Amino acid sequence: MVQLTLPKNSRMITGKTWPKPDTGGTMRKFQIYRWTPDDGQNPRVDTYFVDLDDCGPMVLDALIYIKNKIDPTLTFRRSCREGICGSCAMNIDGINTLACIYGMDEIKGDVKIYPLPHMPVVKDLIPDLTHFYAQHESIMPWLETKTNRPAKEWKQSIEDRGKLDGLYECVMCACCSTSCPSYWWNGDKYLGPAALLHAYRWIIDSRDEATGERLDDLEDPFKLYRCHTIMNCTKTCPKGLNPAKAIAEIKKMMVERHV
Amino acid sequence: MAETEQVERPLSPHLQVYRPQLTSITSILTRITGNALIVAALLIVWWLLAASTSDDYFAMADAVLTSWFGDLVMTLSLWAIWYHYLAGLRHFYFDAGKGLDIPTAEKLGWGCIIGSVVLTVITLFLV
Repeated sequence: MVQLTLPKNSRMITGKTWPKPDTGGTMRKFQIYRWTPDDGQNPRVDTYFVDLDDCGPMVLDALIYIKNKIDPTLTFRRSCREGICGSCAMNIDGINTLACIYGMDEIKGDVKIYPLPHMPVVKDLIPDLTHFYAQHESIMPWLETKTNRPAKEWKQSIEDRGKLDGLYECVMCACCSTSCPSYWWNGDKYLGPAALLHAYRWIIDSRDEATGERLDDLEDPFKLYRCHTIMNCTKTCPKGLNPAKAIAEIKKMMVERHV
Repeated sequence: MAETEQVERPLSPHLQVYRPQLTSITSILTRITGNALIVAALLIVWWLLAASTSDDYFAMADAVLTSWFGDLVMTLSLWAIWYHYLAGLRHFYFDAGKGLDIPTAEKLGWGCIIGSVVLTVITLFLV
């Protein structure tokens, strides 16, 4: 349901200002969301200063700088540091993106960092993605076949393979789904852009033989049709993909199979 | 290892921190104008009902709708009609699977905003 304000236990308070490092370089101010399950307090926004002369160019570099040199309790997910694992997805400077491929020079003023929006928080910048992953699983993200298994692999023409471009690259970082107001209000039932992009990836796969069942499953007022083509998803995708277009194609297929 | 007691997790901030996007603003304006037009339509129905009720009642309703406040509401409603109409056309185009790349969608979004204002001004000149 639409709830424009945050629940009482989620309202943010001003947190601690951590001392500036005494390294004397160019300082950049960071405001970062903090919450821990251990102290029974509301979330707070802490202020940190990062010495840019002693730090890499990306937002993730600054987070690692803070964790290593200022506050080891700061908690966030990260792994590949090159935009392929999707772990460090967070809300940076008001949009969802991957901290590892978002340069600090792209941000004007203080750097503000929050967890992915409208999600339960596990700790600091780590959202609980259990439901998001369950939705992905629900669209059967695998090849469904009925005919006998071929002697070697399931073959596909170059043109049919080309249809998967712009879809298979998705790393499931959840930036798109958590940028979508419709997913904020109805994320319990609406599958959201990420799961729907994956659904389309299997629907148009020439080797897949469950297209009808896949469309049947999506023919639902909530799962698919809570997409109102707002397009925040496409606007924010750190991989430059277009979930809105994929969803529109599914909607077109729904109409086409009825006429 | 396992959590011994269930903690109530906070909900991460959403509207509070997400920077307004042209994509989301044009979308919410479509909703707002659509809902506001229901109220405007009811006002006009009330005006017509008043006309069929009595001279006195119509004089009162007419005074309300032609007051400066009534003019303001009707002018905004006129803009709302134009905006909602253009946004509807844009969604029609989207539903055909077209214009769904961000540069085109944003151009069309500005088209709805600027176009609705221009058409409102033109309509005001004509009436």
